[in-house]
Amino acid sequence: MNKQKFLAKLRAGLSGLKQKEIKEHLAFYSEMIDDRMEEGLSEEAAVSAIGSVDDIVEQIMVDNLLDECSKVKRVSKTLAIVLLILGSPLWVSLLAAAFAVLLAAMITIWSVILSLWSGFAALAASSLVCMAAGSVFACYGNGAAGLATIGAGLVCAGLSVFAFCGCRAVTGGSWLFTKKVAGSMKKYFFSRKGDVQ
Amino acid sequence: MDNQMKKGLLDVCVLAAIKSEDSYGYKIIKDMKPYIELSESTLYTILKRLENADMLTVRTAEHGGRLRKYYRITDAGRKRIEDFKMEWNEIMAIYRFVTREDEEDE
Repeated sequence: MNKQKFLAKLRAGLSGLKQKEIKEHLAFYSEMIDDRMEEGLSEEAAVSAIGSVDDIVEQIMVDNLLDECSKVKRVSKTLAIVLLILGSPLWVSLLAAAFAVLLAAMITIWSVILSLWSGFAALAASSLVCMAAGSVFACYGNGAAGLATIGAGLVCAGLSVFAFCGCRAVTGGSWLFTKKVAGSMKKYFFSRKGDVQ
Repeated sequence: MDNQMKKGLLDVCVLAAIKSEDSYGYKIIKDMKPYIELSESTLYTILKRLENADMLTVRTAEHGGRLRKYYRITDAGRKRIEDFKMEWNEIMAIYRFVTREDEEDE
């Protein structure tokens, strides 16, 4: 096959492509044949060294198809971004509401814990005050009232020890829970794609 | 060989073929021949891909009464070669790890 026939056959095979692309392919193969001929090959030998037109057409078409597929992929990615932006009034407000509910729940939990610790502080303070006041009463002659007040102080001290243990356990549990919630939110928002997990 | 990997390797090979001086299609194939066989249609696809990725530029010049396309590497193309060298160290480390496991199995 000579160069002219080869290029005519190639042109016919690529007829489904855009004119500009066909022209580029023909120029490329024409240059390849010319360069081989310049090296001393005959026209026929230079053409046969390039390979079969059918194989070339097949590969060009496959490459073209793959190229088109990647374009479609890019377009669908863009479409997803556009939809995400258009839908933002809905999903942003829903997300904000969910976040607010979660935040409110956390604030409530920690408020309860704060009030428990306040209770512990009140018991501890009462025990100290009762014992000090009882001692003063006892020293100044009112023994019965003094002992009763010191007794009340001891009761308060005992209760405050229990209260301390309870508060510590509740705080520890809530801290773990808060850490878990914050961890899952971080994982959900910042490591959705591309992370090795 | 994995297609994606082969594609990436061939891209770097073509960039390496035009690294030191501008070159043209047939010369690229000839220069690569002792190392790797490349068909014209494959080269065309690679050149197009590298051109679209701004890793090389194309100019047409007259040669012996006809037109010939010359390809010149860009800074992005040189960076791709440098990145490949770095990646290769990682690949070799993985290879050593994989073959070490084989040796332990035997």
